[in-house]
Amino acid sequence: MDSRIRGRCIVFGDNVNTDVIIPGRYLVSIDPKELAEHAFEPLGPAVQERLRASQVVVAGKNFGCGSAREQAATCLVGVGIRAVVAKSFARVFFRNAINTGLWAVVQPEAVEAISDGDEVAIDLEAGTVEVKGRRFTFPPYPESLRRILDAGGLIPYLARYVIPQGGTANG
Amino acid sequence: MGKTFAEKVLARAAGVGETTAGMVVDVYPDLVMSHAASWRCIRTLEKLGVDRLYDPDRIAMVMDHTAPAHSAKTAADQKLCREFARAHGIRTFYDVEAGIAHVVLMENGHIRPGMVIIGTDSHSTIYGALGAAGTGVGFSEVTATWVAGYLWMRVPESIRIEIHGPLAWGTSAKDVMLKLIGEMGADGATYASVEFHGDYVAGLSVSERMTLCNLAMEMGAKFAFVPPDDVTRAYLAERGVTPDGYQEVQPDPDAVYAKTVALDGTSLSPQVACPHAVDNVQPIEAVAGTRVDQVFIGSCANAKYEDLAEAARILRGHHVAPGVRLIVTPASRGVLTRIVADGIFSALVEAGALITNPGCGACAGDGGVMADGEVTLSTANRNFQGRMGSYQASIYLASPAVAAATAIRGAIADPREFL
Repeated sequence: MDSRIRGRCIVFGDNVNTDVIIPGRYLVSIDPKELAEHAFEPLGPAVQERLRASQVVVAGKNFGCGSAREQAATCLVGVGIRAVVAKSFARVFFRNAINTGLWAVVQPEAVEAISDGDEVAIDLEAGTVEVKGRRFTFPPYPESLRRILDAGGLIPYLARYVIPQGGTANG
Repeated sequence: MGKTFAEKVLARAAGVGETTAGMVVDVYPDLVMSHAASWRCIRTLEKLGVDRLYDPDRIAMVMDHTAPAHSAKTAADQKLCREFARAHGIRTFYDVEAGIAHVVLMENGHIRPGMVIIGTDSHSTIYGALGAAGTGVGFSEVTATWVAGYLWMRVPESIRIEIHGPLAWGTSAKDVMLKLIGEMGADGATYASVEFHGDYVAGLSVSERMTLCNLAMEMGAKFAFVPPDDVTRAYLAERGVTPDGYQEVQPDPDAVYAKTVALDGTSLSPQVACPHAVDNVQPIEAVAGTRVDQVFIGSCANAKYEDLAEAARILRGHHVAPGVRLIVTPASRGVLTRIVADGIFSALVEAGALITNPGCGACAGDGGVMADGEVTLSTANRNFQGRMGSYQASIYLASPAVAAATAIRGAIADPREFL
Protein backbone atom coordinates (compact mmCIF):
# COMPACT_ATOMS: atom_id res chain seq x y z
CA MET A 1 0.00 0.00 0.00
CA ASP A 2 1.16 3.52 -0.74
CA SER A 3 2.27 5.11 2.49
CA ARG A 4 1.38 8.63 1.35
CA ILE A 5 -1.91 10.42 0.95
CA ARG A 6 -2.79 13.98 0.08
CA GLY A 7 -6.17 15.57 0.55
CA ARG A 8 -8.46 18.30 1.73
CA CYS A 9 -9.29 18.66 5.44
CA ILE A 10 -12.48 19.10 7.41
CA VAL A 11 -11.80 20.40 10.92
CA PHE A 12 -13.69 19.54 14.13
CA GLY A 13 -13.19 20.44 17.79
CA ASP A 14 -12.58 18.37 20.95
CA ASN A 15 -14.50 15.30 22.16
CA VAL A 16 -16.32 14.48 18.91
CA ASN A 17 -18.39 11.47 20.00
CA THR A 18 -19.46 8.34 18.16
CA ASP A 19 -23.19 9.18 18.32
CA VAL A 20 -22.50 12.35 16.33
CA ILE A 21 -20.23 10.52 13.88
CA ILE A 22 -22.81 7.80 13.24
CA PRO A 23 -26.13 7.77 15.16
CA GLY A 24 -27.14 4.47 16.77
CA ARG A 25 -30.22 4.11 14.58
CA TYR A 26 -28.01 3.35 11.56
CA LEU A 27 -26.05 0.53 13.16
CA VAL A 28 -28.40 -1.92 11.42
CA SER A 29 -25.93 -1.63 8.54
CA ILE A 30 -22.26 -2.52 8.20
CA ASP A 31 -22.00 -1.36 4.59
CA PRO A 32 -19.53 1.55 4.30
CA LYS A 33 -21.47 3.26 1.49
CA GLU A 34 -24.83 3.05 3.29
CA LEU A 35 -23.27 4.27 6.54
CA ALA A 36 -21.53 7.12 4.71
CA GLU A 37 -24.92 8.69 3.91
CA HIS A 38 -25.46 9.28 7.63
CA ALA A 39 -21.98 10.21 8.80
CA PHE A 40 -22.17 13.36 10.95
CA GLU A 41 -25.91 13.64 10.28
CA PRO A 42 -26.66 15.30 13.66
CA LEU A 43 -24.48 18.26 12.61
CA GLY A 44 -26.60 18.94 9.54
CA PRO A 45 -26.34 18.76 5.72
CA ALA A 46 -23.78 21.57 5.32
CA VAL A 47 -21.24 19.67 7.45
CA GLN A 48 -22.04 16.46 5.58
CA GLU A 49 -21.41 18.15 2.26
CA ARG A 50 -18.01 19.43 3.38
CA LEU A 51 -17.23 15.95 4.71
CA ARG A 52 -17.92 14.41 1.30
CA ALA A 53 -15.50 16.87 -0.30
CA SER A 54 -12.73 15.96 2.18
CA GLN A 55 -10.19 13.16 2.48
CA VAL A 56 -8.79 13.98 5.91
CA VAL A 57 -10.64 14.63 9.18
CA VAL A 58 -8.79 16.91 11.61
CA ALA A 59 -9.93 17.05 15.22
CA GLY A 60 -9.01 18.14 18.71
CA LYS A 61 -8.58 15.83 21.67
CA ASN A 62 -10.45 12.58 22.37
CA PHE A 63 -11.83 12.06 18.86
CA GLY A 64 -14.35 9.21 18.69
CA CYS A 65 -15.19 9.08 22.38
CA GLY A 66 -18.19 7.05 23.47
CA SER A 67 -19.44 3.84 21.98
CA ALA A 68 -17.40 0.87 20.73
CA ARG A 69 -19.34 0.95 17.43
CA GLU A 70 -16.92 0.13 14.65
CA GLN A 71 -19.21 1.89 12.19
CA ALA A 72 -17.84 5.23 13.48
CA ALA A 73 -14.71 4.37 11.52
CA THR A 74 -16.46 2.45 8.72
CA CYS A 75 -18.74 5.38 7.83
CA LEU A 76 -15.71 7.65 7.41
CA VAL A 77 -14.04 5.11 5.14
CA GLY A 78 -17.32 4.90 3.18
CA VAL A 79 -17.48 8.65 2.69
CA GLY A 80 -13.93 8.72 1.32
CA ILE A 81 -11.95 9.79 4.38
CA ARG A 82 -8.47 8.24 4.36
CA ALA A 83 -7.02 9.58 7.62
CA VAL A 84 -7.94 11.29 10.86
CA VAL A 85 -5.35 13.62 12.38
CA ALA A 86 -6.20 14.49 15.98
CA LYS A 87 -4.69 15.80 19.20
CA SER A 88 -5.72 12.47 20.74
CA PHE A 89 -8.12 9.57 20.17
CA ALA A 90 -10.53 7.64 22.35
CA ARG A 91 -8.99 4.17 22.61
CA VAL A 92 -11.77 2.14 20.99
CA PHE A 93 -11.99 4.51 18.04
CA PHE A 94 -8.24 4.24 17.53
CA ARG A 95 -8.44 0.43 17.38
CA ASN A 96 -11.49 0.52 15.12
CA ALA A 97 -9.74 2.93 12.76
CA ILE A 98 -6.70 0.66 12.36
CA ASN A 99 -9.00 -2.35 12.04
CA THR A 100 -10.95 -0.76 9.19
CA GLY A 101 -7.87 0.55 7.38
CA LEU A 102 -8.37 4.19 8.39
CA TRP A 103 -5.20 6.03 9.37
CA ALA A 104 -5.34 7.53 12.85
CA VAL A 105 -2.52 10.01 13.40
CA VAL A 106 -1.79 11.82 16.66
CA GLN A 107 -0.12 15.18 15.95
CA PRO A 108 -1.41 18.05 18.16
CA GLU A 109 0.78 20.76 16.59
CA ALA A 110 -0.39 19.88 13.08
CA VAL A 111 -4.00 20.12 14.29
CA GLU A 112 -3.29 23.66 15.54
CA ALA A 113 -1.75 24.60 12.17
CA ILE A 114 -4.50 23.19 9.94
CA SER A 115 -7.54 25.24 8.93
CA ASP A 116 -10.74 23.95 7.43
CA GLY A 117 -10.33 23.25 3.71
CA ASP A 118 -6.50 23.11 3.84
CA GLU A 119 -4.66 20.61 1.68
CA VAL A 120 -2.44 18.26 3.73
CA ALA A 121 -0.01 15.48 2.88
CA ILE A 122 0.53 12.56 5.26
CA ASP A 123 3.35 10.07 4.98
CA LEU A 124 2.91 7.05 7.22
CA GLU A 125 6.34 5.60 6.42
CA ALA A 126 8.20 8.82 7.16
CA GLY A 127 5.82 9.82 9.95
CA THR A 128 5.06 13.31 8.65
CA VAL A 129 2.08 15.63 8.25
CA GLU A 130 2.67 18.56 5.88
CA VAL A 131 0.46 21.61 5.61
CA LYS A 132 1.07 25.07 4.13
CA GLY A 133 4.79 24.44 3.81
CA ARG A 134 5.18 23.29 7.43
CA ARG A 135 6.17 19.75 8.34
CA PHE A 136 5.21 17.96 11.57
CA THR A 137 6.51 14.56 12.57
CA PHE A 138 4.96 11.68 14.49
CA PRO A 139 6.45 8.33 15.55
CA PRO A 140 5.77 5.71 12.87
CA TYR A 141 3.35 2.91 13.74
CA PRO A 142 4.75 -0.29 15.19
CA GLU A 143 5.26 -2.98 12.56
CA SER A 144 2.26 -5.02 13.78
CA LEU A 145 -0.15 -2.14 13.27
CA ARG A 146 1.38 -1.24 9.93
CA ARG A 147 0.74 -4.77 8.72
CA ILE A 148 -2.96 -4.50 9.62
CA LEU A 149 -3.23 -1.09 7.92
CA ASP A 150 -1.32 -2.28 4.86
CA ALA A 151 -3.67 -5.24 4.49
CA GLY A 152 -6.60 -2.79 4.49
CA GLY A 153 -7.85 -3.65 7.98
CA LEU A 154 -8.03 -6.47 10.51
CA ILE A 155 -10.31 -8.82 8.55
CA PRO A 156 -8.26 -8.72 5.32
CA TYR A 157 -5.15 -9.08 7.52
CA LEU A 158 -6.61 -12.14 9.22
CA ALA A 159 -7.54 -13.66 5.87
CA ARG A 160 -4.04 -13.11 4.51
CA TYR A 161 -1.77 -13.94 7.44
CA VAL A 162 -3.59 -15.70 10.28
CA ILE A 163 -6.16 -18.05 8.72
CA PRO A 164 -3.67 -19.73 6.34
CA GLN A 165 -1.55 -20.64 9.40
CA GLY A 166 -4.36 -22.49 11.07
CA GLY A 167 -6.04 -19.58 12.76
CA THR A 168 -4.10 -19.12 15.98
CA ALA A 169 -0.92 -17.36 16.90
CA ASN A 170 0.66 -20.63 17.90
CA GLY A 171 -0.23 -22.35 14.65
CA MET B 1 8.88 -3.10 41.71
CA GLY B 2 5.20 -3.71 42.42
CA LYS B 3 2.63 -4.32 39.72
CA THR B 4 -0.80 -2.84 39.09
CA PHE B 5 -3.95 -4.89 38.54
CA ALA B 6 -3.71 -4.32 34.76
CA GLU B 7 -0.05 -5.38 34.57
CA LYS B 8 -0.78 -8.58 36.49
CA VAL B 9 -4.01 -9.58 34.79
CA LEU B 10 -2.60 -9.05 31.29
CA ALA B 11 0.58 -10.98 32.10
CA ARG B 12 -1.59 -13.95 33.07
CA ALA B 13 -3.88 -13.69 30.02
CA ALA B 14 -0.92 -13.26 27.67
CA GLY B 15 0.96 -16.16 29.23
CA VAL B 16 4.07 -14.10 29.94
CA GLY B 17 5.98 -13.82 33.21
CA GLU B 18 5.29 -10.15 33.78
CA THR B 19 4.26 -7.01 31.94
CA THR B 20 4.89 -3.32 32.42
CA ALA B 21 2.73 -0.41 31.29
CA GLY B 22 3.50 0.43 27.66
CA MET B 23 4.28 -3.12 26.53
CA VAL B 24 2.21 -4.60 23.71
CA VAL B 25 1.22 -8.23 24.25
CA ASP B 26 -1.02 -10.83 22.59
CA VAL B 27 -3.81 -11.43 25.08
CA TYR B 28 -6.13 -14.47 25.15
CA PRO B 29 -9.39 -13.19 26.66
CA ASP B 30 -11.26 -15.56 28.96
CA LEU B 31 -14.57 -14.34 27.60
CA VAL B 32 -15.57 -12.64 24.36
CA MET B 33 -18.92 -10.93 24.70
CA SER B 34 -21.05 -9.73 21.83
CA HIS B 35 -24.50 -8.23 22.18
CA ALA B 36 -26.80 -6.86 19.50
CA ALA B 37 -23.65 -6.59 17.35
CA SER B 38 -23.29 -10.40 17.23
CA TRP B 39 -24.81 -10.63 13.75
CA ARG B 40 -22.14 -8.26 12.42
CA CYS B 41 -19.49 -10.64 13.74
CA ILE B 42 -21.24 -13.63 12.13
CA ARG B 43 -21.50 -11.86 8.77
CA THR B 44 -17.84 -10.86 9.02
CA LEU B 45 -16.91 -14.47 9.79
CA GLU B 46 -18.83 -15.58 6.69
CA LYS B 47 -16.88 -13.05 4.64
CA LEU B 48 -13.68 -14.61 5.97
CA GLY B 49 -14.86 -18.02 4.86
CA VAL B 50 -14.03 -19.56 8.22
CA ASP B 51 -16.27 -21.80 10.27
CA ARG B 52 -13.95 -22.92 13.06
CA LEU B 53 -13.96 -21.07 16.37
CA TYR B 54 -11.01 -20.95 18.73
CA ASP B 55 -13.14 -21.88 21.76
CA PRO B 56 -16.98 -21.68 21.81
CA ASP B 57 -16.88 -21.83 25.61
CA ARG B 58 -15.17 -18.44 25.67
CA ILE B 59 -18.00 -16.82 23.68
CA ALA B 60 -21.05 -15.16 25.23
CA MET B 61 -23.93 -13.64 23.28
CA VAL B 62 -26.76 -11.53 24.66
CA MET B 63 -29.54 -10.04 22.50
CA ASP B 64 -29.98 -6.72 24.28
CA HIS B 65 -29.96 -3.45 22.32
CA THR B 66 -33.15 -3.80 20.32
CA ALA B 67 -35.11 -6.41 22.21
CA PRO B 68 -37.56 -7.71 21.29
CA ALA B 69 -37.06 -7.09 17.57
CA HIS B 70 -38.73 -3.95 16.23
CA SER B 71 -38.21 -4.59 12.52
CA ALA B 72 -37.95 -7.52 10.14
CA LYS B 73 -34.24 -6.71 9.74
CA THR B 74 -33.57 -6.89 13.48
CA ALA B 75 -35.63 -10.07 13.75
CA ALA B 76 -33.56 -11.65 10.98
CA ASP B 77 -30.32 -10.55 12.69
CA GLN B 78 -31.42 -12.14 15.96
CA LYS B 79 -32.50 -15.32 14.19
CA LEU B 80 -29.05 -15.52 12.61
CA CYS B 81 -27.46 -15.29 16.08
CA ARG B 82 -29.69 -18.01 17.59
CA GLU B 83 -28.94 -20.38 14.73
CA PHE B 84 -25.22 -19.62 14.84
CA ALA B 85 -25.04 -20.21 18.60
CA ARG B 86 -26.85 -23.53 18.25
CA ALA B 87 -24.75 -24.68 15.30
CA HIS B 88 -21.45 -23.81 17.01
CA GLY B 89 -22.25 -25.04 20.49
CA ILE B 90 -22.15 -21.58 22.10
CA ARG B 91 -23.79 -22.33 25.43
CA THR B 92 -23.66 -18.84 26.92
CA PHE B 93 -26.46 -17.42 24.80
CA TYR B 94 -29.15 -15.15 26.28
CA ASP B 95 -32.13 -14.18 24.19
CA VAL B 96 -34.29 -11.03 24.06
CA GLU B 97 -35.95 -11.59 27.42
CA ALA B 98 -32.68 -11.57 29.40
CA GLY B 99 -31.74 -7.88 29.59
CA ILE B 100 -28.53 -5.88 29.26
CA ALA B 101 -25.53 -8.09 28.47
CA HIS B 102 -23.25 -6.77 31.22
CA VAL B 103 -25.76 -7.14 34.01
CA VAL B 104 -27.00 -10.50 32.73
CA LEU B 105 -23.48 -11.98 32.57
CA MET B 106 -22.56 -10.70 36.04
CA GLU B 107 -25.82 -11.82 37.64
CA ASN B 108 -25.50 -15.29 36.20
CA GLY B 109 -21.97 -16.04 37.36
CA HIS B 110 -20.15 -15.71 34.04
CA ILE B 111 -17.84 -12.94 35.27
CA ARG B 112 -15.24 -13.86 37.88
CA PRO B 113 -12.28 -12.06 39.47
CA GLY B 114 -9.07 -12.09 37.44
CA MET B 115 -10.77 -12.66 34.08
CA VAL B 116 -9.99 -10.67 30.94
CA ILE B 117 -13.13 -9.93 28.92
CA ILE B 118 -13.54 -8.10 25.64
CA GLY B 119 -16.97 -7.05 24.43
CA THR B 120 -18.63 -5.23 21.56
CA ASP B 121 -19.65 -2.56 24.02
CA SER B 122 -17.68 0.30 25.48
CA HIS B 123 -19.20 -0.17 28.93
CA SER B 124 -17.47 -3.54 29.30
CA THR B 125 -15.36 -1.76 31.94
CA ILE B 126 -18.25 -2.64 34.29
CA TYR B 127 -16.76 -6.12 34.86
CA GLY B 128 -14.18 -4.48 37.11
CA ALA B 129 -16.88 -4.44 39.79
CA LEU B 130 -16.07 -8.14 40.28
CA GLY B 131 -12.30 -7.65 39.95
CA ALA B 132 -12.18 -8.55 36.25
CA ALA B 133 -10.62 -6.62 33.36
CA GLY B 134 -13.26 -5.73 30.77
CA THR B 135 -12.88 -3.51 27.74
CA GLY B 136 -14.79 -2.62 24.58
CA VAL B 137 -13.71 -3.41 21.02
CA GLY B 138 -15.31 -3.29 17.56
CA PHE B 139 -17.07 -6.19 15.88
CA SER B 140 -14.16 -7.01 13.56
CA GLU B 141 -11.95 -7.48 16.57
CA VAL B 142 -14.45 -9.77 18.27
CA THR B 143 -14.71 -11.80 15.06
CA ALA B 144 -10.93 -12.03 14.84
CA THR B 145 -10.75 -13.20 18.46
CA TRP B 146 -13.47 -15.81 17.85
CA VAL B 147 -11.13 -17.30 15.28
CA ALA B 148 -7.62 -16.58 16.51
CA GLY B 149 -8.27 -16.61 20.25
CA TYR B 150 -6.13 -13.54 20.91
CA LEU B 151 -5.77 -9.85 20.18
CA TRP B 152 -3.01 -7.33 20.76
CA MET B 153 -3.30 -5.07 23.75
CA ARG B 154 -1.11 -2.33 25.07
CA VAL B 155 -0.62 -2.73 28.81
CA PRO B 156 -2.22 0.44 30.16
CA GLU B 157 -0.90 2.87 32.74
CA SER B 158 -3.04 2.89 35.87
CA ILE B 159 -4.81 5.66 37.74
CA ARG B 160 -5.54 5.11 41.41
CA ILE B 161 -8.72 6.79 42.64
CA GLU B 162 -9.15 6.98 46.41
CA ILE B 163 -12.68 7.77 47.55
CA HIS B 164 -13.47 8.71 51.12
CA GLY B 165 -16.99 8.23 52.49
CA PRO B 166 -19.62 7.84 53.69
CA LEU B 167 -21.81 9.82 51.30
CA ALA B 168 -24.65 11.99 52.52
CA TRP B 169 -28.26 10.84 52.13
CA GLY B 170 -29.56 11.46 48.62
CA THR B 171 -26.22 10.81 46.92
CA SER B 172 -24.81 7.58 45.52
CA ALA B 173 -22.14 6.05 43.28
CA LYS B 174 -23.56 7.92 40.26
CA ASP B 175 -22.91 11.28 41.91
CA VAL B 176 -19.37 10.22 42.76
CA MET B 177 -18.70 9.29 39.14
CA LEU B 178 -20.30 12.38 37.63
CA LYS B 179 -18.20 14.51 39.98
CA LEU B 180 -15.04 12.65 38.93
CA ILE B 181 -15.86 12.82 35.21
CA GLY B 182 -16.62 16.53 35.51
CA GLU B 183 -13.26 17.14 37.18
CA MET B 184 -11.11 14.78 35.11
CA GLY B 185 -12.83 15.37 31.76
CA ALA B 186 -14.13 13.01 29.08
CA ASP B 187 -10.52 12.05 28.30
CA GLY B 188 -9.24 12.18 31.88
CA ALA B 189 -8.51 8.44 31.96
CA THR B 190 -8.04 7.67 28.24
CA TYR B 191 -6.19 4.36 27.74
CA ALA B 192 -5.78 3.99 31.50
CA SER B 193 -6.78 1.25 33.88
CA VAL B 194 -8.73 2.95 36.66
CA GLU B 195 -8.47 1.35 40.10
CA PHE B 196 -11.02 2.38 42.72
CA HIS B 197 -9.77 2.26 46.31
CA GLY B 198 -10.60 3.78 49.68
CA ASP B 199 -13.00 3.22 52.56
CA TYR B 200 -16.03 4.31 50.51
CA VAL B 201 -15.37 1.72 47.79
CA ALA B 202 -14.72 -1.08 50.29
CA GLY B 203 -18.15 -0.49 51.81
CA LEU B 204 -20.08 -0.62 48.54
CA SER B 205 -22.36 -3.34 47.22
CA VAL B 206 -21.50 -4.97 43.89
CA SER B 207 -24.38 -2.99 42.35
CA GLU B 208 -22.78 0.34 43.28
CA ARG B 209 -19.36 -0.90 42.21
CA MET B 210 -20.93 -1.65 38.83
CA THR B 211 -22.00 1.98 38.55
CA LEU B 212 -18.44 3.15 39.34
CA CYS B 213 -16.80 0.84 36.81
CA ASN B 214 -19.44 1.41 34.14
CA LEU B 215 -19.03 5.19 34.27
CA ALA B 216 -15.22 5.00 34.28
CA MET B 217 -15.56 4.47 30.52
CA GLU B 218 -16.95 8.00 30.22
CA MET B 219 -13.51 9.36 31.10
CA GLY B 220 -11.96 7.08 28.50
CA ALA B 221 -10.81 4.17 30.71
CA LYS B 222 -9.65 0.92 29.18
CA PHE B 223 -10.30 -1.08 32.36
CA ALA B 224 -11.92 -0.26 35.67
CA PHE B 225 -11.27 -2.24 38.83
CA VAL B 226 -12.46 -2.65 42.40
CA PRO B 227 -10.30 -5.00 44.51
CA PRO B 228 -12.18 -8.24 45.15
CA ASP B 229 -13.11 -8.75 48.81
CA ASP B 230 -15.74 -10.46 50.96
CA VAL B 231 -18.50 -8.49 49.22
CA THR B 232 -17.31 -9.88 45.87
CA ARG B 233 -17.00 -13.42 47.20
CA ALA B 234 -20.49 -13.34 48.74
CA TYR B 235 -22.00 -12.04 45.48
CA LEU B 236 -20.34 -14.83 43.54
CA ALA B 237 -21.25 -17.51 46.10
CA GLU B 238 -24.92 -16.52 45.79
CA ARG B 239 -24.56 -17.31 42.10
CA GLY B 240 -22.96 -20.66 42.66
CA VAL B 241 -19.40 -19.51 41.92
CA THR B 242 -17.05 -20.79 44.60
CA PRO B 243 -13.51 -19.49 45.25
CA ASP B 244 -11.92 -22.52 43.58
CA GLY B 245 -13.53 -21.29 40.35
CA TYR B 246 -11.43 -18.14 40.12
CA GLN B 247 -8.11 -16.55 40.96
CA GLU B 248 -8.27 -13.05 42.42
CA VAL B 249 -5.77 -10.52 41.16
CA GLN B 250 -4.82 -7.72 43.55
CA PRO B 251 -2.46 -4.83 42.78
CA ASP B 252 0.75 -4.77 44.83
CA PRO B 253 0.95 -2.18 47.62
CA ASP B 254 3.99 -0.65 45.89
CA ALA B 255 2.50 -0.69 42.38
CA VAL B 256 3.39 2.30 40.20
CA TYR B 257 0.51 4.58 39.20
CA ALA B 258 0.55 7.29 36.56
CA LYS B 259 -1.63 9.38 38.82
CA THR B 260 -3.50 9.23 42.12
CA VAL B 261 -6.76 11.11 42.52
CA ALA B 262 -8.51 11.67 45.86
CA LEU B 263 -12.21 12.44 46.25
CA ASP B 264 -13.95 13.25 49.50
CA GLY B 265 -17.52 12.08 49.05
CA THR B 266 -18.78 13.17 52.46
CA SER B 267 -19.82 16.65 51.37
CA LEU B 268 -20.90 15.76 47.84
CA SER B 269 -24.28 17.01 46.62
CA PRO B 270 -26.24 15.30 43.82
CA GLN B 271 -24.57 15.89 40.44
CA VAL B 272 -26.07 16.32 36.97
CA ALA B 273 -24.37 15.98 33.57
CA CYS B 274 -25.86 18.57 31.22
CA PRO B 275 -26.33 18.35 27.41
CA HIS B 276 -24.52 17.15 25.30
CA ALA B 277 -21.42 15.90 27.13
CA VAL B 278 -20.94 13.61 30.11
CA ASP B 279 -18.21 15.88 31.53
CA ASN B 280 -20.48 18.94 31.45
CA VAL B 281 -21.31 18.41 35.13
CA GLN B 282 -23.07 20.75 37.53
CA PRO B 283 -24.17 20.33 41.15
CA ILE B 284 -27.94 19.94 41.37
CA GLU B 285 -28.32 23.41 42.86
CA ALA B 286 -27.25 24.91 39.51
CA VAL B 287 -29.82 23.09 37.35
CA ALA B 288 -32.77 22.42 39.70
CA GLY B 289 -36.00 23.67 38.16
CA THR B 290 -35.10 22.77 34.56
CA ARG B 291 -38.33 21.50 33.00
CA VAL B 292 -38.37 17.92 31.66
CA ASP B 293 -40.75 16.01 29.38
CA GLN B 294 -39.48 12.56 30.28
CA VAL B 295 -37.55 10.72 32.96
CA PHE B 296 -35.77 7.51 32.03
CA ILE B 297 -34.60 5.06 34.70
CA GLY B 298 -32.62 2.48 32.80
CA SER B 299 -29.23 1.37 31.37
CA CYS B 300 -26.29 -0.70 32.58
CA ALA B 301 -25.25 2.25 34.75
CA ASN B 302 -28.36 2.55 36.91
CA ALA B 303 -31.27 0.12 36.39
CA LYS B 304 -30.19 -2.60 38.80
CA TYR B 305 -32.35 -3.75 41.69
CA GLU B 306 -30.85 -1.27 44.18
CA ASP B 307 -31.37 1.59 41.71
CA LEU B 308 -35.06 0.82 41.20
CA ALA B 309 -35.52 0.32 44.96
CA GLU B 310 -34.01 3.76 45.58
CA ALA B 311 -36.34 5.37 43.01
CA ALA B 312 -39.37 3.57 44.47
CA ARG B 313 -38.48 4.72 47.99
CA ILE B 314 -38.80 8.35 46.84
CA LEU B 315 -41.78 7.83 44.54
CA ARG B 316 -43.99 6.01 47.09
CA GLY B 317 -46.87 8.26 48.13
CA HIS B 318 -46.24 10.60 45.18
CA HIS B 319 -47.24 10.68 41.54
CA VAL B 320 -45.38 11.57 38.37
CA ALA B 321 -46.05 15.23 37.44
CA PRO B 322 -48.82 15.80 34.87
CA GLY B 323 -47.52 15.75 31.31
CA VAL B 324 -44.28 13.98 32.26
CA ARG B 325 -43.45 10.43 31.13
CA LEU B 326 -41.54 8.19 33.54
CA ILE B 327 -40.07 5.21 31.72
CA VAL B 328 -38.46 2.45 33.76
CA THR B 329 -36.46 -0.23 31.95
CA PRO B 330 -35.08 -2.85 34.38
CA ALA B 331 -31.53 -3.91 33.52
CA SER B 332 -32.32 -7.59 33.50
CA ARG B 333 -34.87 -10.31 33.92
CA GLY B 334 -33.31 -11.00 37.32
CA VAL B 335 -33.99 -7.39 38.36
CA LEU B 336 -37.55 -7.60 37.01
CA THR B 337 -38.22 -10.80 38.94
CA ARG B 338 -37.04 -9.22 42.19
CA ILE B 339 -39.04 -5.98 41.84
CA VAL B 340 -42.17 -7.96 41.02
CA ALA B 341 -41.65 -10.19 44.06
CA ASP B 342 -41.18 -7.43 46.62
CA GLY B 343 -43.72 -4.83 45.47
CA ILE B 344 -41.35 -2.29 43.92
CA PHE B 345 -42.92 -2.96 40.54
CA SER B 346 -46.40 -2.04 41.85
CA ALA B 347 -45.08 1.00 43.69
CA LEU B 348 -43.53 2.32 40.47
CA VAL B 349 -46.68 1.64 38.42
CA GLU B 350 -48.89 3.26 41.04
CA ALA B 351 -46.67 6.35 40.93
CA GLY B 352 -47.31 6.57 37.20
CA ALA B 353 -44.29 4.82 35.70
CA LEU B 354 -44.34 2.95 32.42
CA ILE B 355 -42.29 -0.20 32.93
CA THR B 356 -40.81 -1.75 29.81
CA ASN B 357 -39.20 -5.13 29.25
CA PRO B 358 -35.58 -5.50 30.43
CA GLY B 359 -32.83 -4.37 28.03
CA CYS B 360 -31.01 -1.26 26.85
CA GLY B 361 -34.26 0.47 25.83
CA ALA B 362 -34.19 4.23 25.42
CA CYS B 363 -30.46 4.49 26.25
CA ALA B 364 -29.79 2.79 22.91
CA GLY B 365 -32.46 4.88 21.18
CA ASP B 366 -35.06 2.12 21.32
CA GLY B 367 -38.37 2.48 23.24
CA GLY B 368 -38.70 5.96 24.80
CA VAL B 369 -37.17 8.41 22.36
CA MET B 370 -37.84 12.14 22.15
CA ALA B 371 -39.32 14.66 19.72
CA ASP B 372 -37.67 17.95 18.71
CA GLY B 373 -37.13 20.28 21.64
CA GLU B 374 -37.90 17.71 24.33
CA VAL B 375 -35.86 17.12 27.46
CA THR B 376 -35.14 13.84 29.28
CA LEU B 377 -33.47 13.33 32.62
CA SER B 378 -31.90 9.88 32.43
CA THR B 379 -30.02 7.55 34.76
CA ALA B 380 -27.96 6.28 31.80
CA ASN B 381 -24.31 6.95 31.06
CA ARG B 382 -24.44 9.09 27.88
CA ASN B 383 -26.16 12.31 26.92
CA PHE B 384 -24.76 12.74 23.40
CA GLN B 385 -26.78 14.74 20.90
CA GLY B 386 -29.35 12.55 19.12
CA ARG B 387 -28.79 9.48 21.30
CA MET B 388 -32.47 9.31 22.33
CA GLY B 389 -34.39 10.28 19.19
CA SER B 390 -34.39 13.82 17.82
CA TYR B 391 -31.08 15.59 17.20
CA GLN B 392 -32.82 18.64 18.67
CA ALA B 393 -33.57 17.00 22.03
CA SER B 394 -31.58 17.26 25.28
CA ILE B 395 -30.49 14.68 27.84
CA TYR B 396 -29.44 15.30 31.43
CA LEU B 397 -27.80 12.47 33.39
CA ALA B 398 -28.22 11.85 37.10
CA SER B 399 -28.79 9.24 39.80
CA PRO B 400 -31.97 7.19 40.31
CA ALA B 401 -32.79 9.37 43.35
CA VAL B 402 -32.59 12.58 41.28
CA ALA B 403 -34.63 10.86 38.54
CA ALA B 404 -37.41 9.97 40.99
CA ALA B 405 -37.52 13.47 42.50
CA THR B 406 -37.50 14.99 39.00
CA ALA B 407 -40.39 12.79 37.85
CA ILE B 408 -42.49 14.00 40.81
CA ARG B 409 -41.71 17.69 40.27
CA GLY B 410 -41.69 17.66 36.45
CA ALA B 411 -38.45 19.60 36.64
CA ILE B 412 -34.95 18.67 37.77
CA ALA B 413 -35.24 18.31 41.54
CA ASP B 414 -33.08 17.60 44.55
CA PRO B 415 -33.93 14.22 46.15
CA ARG B 416 -32.99 15.62 49.55
CA GLU B 417 -36.31 17.49 49.44
CA PHE B 418 -37.92 14.09 49.89
CA LEU B 419 -35.89 13.14 52.96
